[in-house]
Amino acid sequence: MSEIPADLRFTSTHEWIEDEGDGTVRVGITDHAQSLLGDMVYVELPEVGRVVVAGEECAVVESVKAASDVYSPIAGEIVEVNELLTEGPDLVNKDPYGEGWLFRVQIAEGGDLSGLLDADGYAEAIAAEEA
Amino acid sequence: MPFIPHTDDEVAAMLAAIGAESMEALFDEIPPSLRARGIDAVPPGLTEMQVARLMTERAVDCGAPLCFIGAGAYEHHIPAAVWEIATRGEFYSAYTPYQAEASQGTLQLIYEYQTMMTRLTGLDVSNASLYDGASALAEAVLMAVRSNRATHSRRVLMPRTVHPAYRDVVQAIVRHQGITLEAIDYDRAAGAVDAEGLDDTPGEAAALVIQQPNFFGALEEIDTLTDWAHRRRMLVIAVVNPIALGLLKPPGEWGEAGADIACGEGQPLGIPLSSGGPYFGFMCCKRDLVRQMPGRIVGRTVDVEGRPGYTLTLQAREQHIRRSKATSNICTNQGLMVTAATQYMALLGPEGLRRVAVASHANTTALVERLCAIKGVSQLFEQPFFHEAALRVDADVDALLDRLADAGILGGYSLKRDYPELGGGLLVCATETKSGQDIERYATTLIGELGRV
Repeated sequence: MSEIPADLRFTSTHEWIEDEGDGTVRVGITDHAQSLLGDMVYVELPEVGRVVVAGEECAVVESVKAASDVYSPIAGEIVEVNELLTEGPDLVNKDPYGEGWLFRVQIAEGGDLSGLLDADGYAEAIAAEEA
Repeated sequence: MPFIPHTDDEVAAMLAAIGAESMEALFDEIPPSLRARGIDAVPPGLTEMQVARLMTERAVDCGAPLCFIGAGAYEHHIPAAVWEIATRGEFYSAYTPYQAEASQGTLQLIYEYQTMMTRLTGLDVSNASLYDGASALAEAVLMAVRSNRATHSRRVLMPRTVHPAYRDVVQAIVRHQGITLEAIDYDRAAGAVDAEGLDDTPGEAAALVIQQPNFFGALEEIDTLTDWAHRRRMLVIAVVNPIALGLLKPPGEWGEAGADIACGEGQPLGIPLSSGGPYFGFMCCKRDLVRQMPGRIVGRTVDVEGRPGYTLTLQAREQHIRRSKATSNICTNQGLMVTAATQYMALLGPEGLRRVAVASHANTTALVERLCAIKGVSQLFEQPFFHEAALRVDADVDALLDRLADAGILGGYSLKRDYPELGGGLLVCATETKSGQDIERYATTLIGELGRV
């Protein structure tokens, strides 16, 4: 069973979202997603300054067996990306909720996290997918 | 691997299994208005004997003309060993193999092809080939638009000195993808893009295309153009003739930073002229663009015992993994042509390639000098040329070419249709295959015909 931290929010497309408390959120892919994809070989990150809508594709994670789009869980502006992944894409495998984060989004005005899944909701989503 | 067609019994069994009445029924969902109802222009089938006879007769009709046409496809001497090797059973397939365990020989050959192409273009990576030169340019344009995150522009600057057929093909492929090609005019005296005058070109663009030598055979000011484009955050797409690279500066060394993508037609590397194909396109790029490159790439690795081996690599760009988001959905690969090109380059080596280039340039220079000594013939442009040059002839060029053809000489390519503003121009080419006698025969015949037209 993969790890699903209780203090994070999630999407059904396997992104995790951490509220930074300063109007920004940190985004990555879940432990479940990285274990399905296998060894990461490349991560294509969005440009800082890019404005995204919720559900917009803004990164690609490429493993030895697949390449998957990563969607922005929320509308806003990309304010930071994890440059460490350029040289070390395997951080996504080793530490998906920590050093393997992908990008940080400044939440657009009026946006909030209420539409996202909590840990239990995400666990149910995975169970439904595997059923 | 033999090709095993299905028998009627097998077809019937498969149709029964899926509950379809006939093969025809499988296409029911395509509206009748969209379906081809037979091909009118194609006559009924002939037997092998009839076809052999027809082709022999056609070959006699064609004769063995002396060819001074280039315009994108070039007659070069092909050492006999090239096709002797390429048509060996072990290599004789048009497709890139993806089963590494069964295809080490072919994969190694493609790897060596890629190595040769990167050395020739001065760039970091090469793919395993594309369909032809024109579609390689279209792919390069799409790749540049995808890659250029600095401008996000969907405009591409396309000089009119780029091969007209290439421009048509690119337009056909990109026009429904929201990409605009902006034509850049050429200097009428030079026959090349006026690098100094480009500053008037408005707006941002994803890329600038530069063909070297250009369609007129003339040399573009590649360094100035490359630096100009890079200062404006454009990528530079080089369209190059691989034989010319035996002599000219490789795209990777153009300007301060080098061209970003190089592509072109591979036919001059050991592929005979044959009614327009099969030829092959090549494409090379800088390392940081590799994930946006279309087509297959072969990589070298080691097996579990540490022995070198070859396999397709970076496949996440391709359609079997990325589906609709693949960097290209053209995976048809001209494997057999690449096999021939690799043998050609291996047999000639850098020095041989340089000699072919030098001889082609020398012969075209001699041809131009000889023809321009004739009254009524002069050079159209001032810019230096490689192995092709545009001439002005005081005659109806199309009618003149017909008469020359009757005399067994393919005298060049008429510029009338693609460049009406030139008032009738003639593009001529003499590769290393042409002798002094051939050039003299052309000149003498031309003098005779000019007197008559």
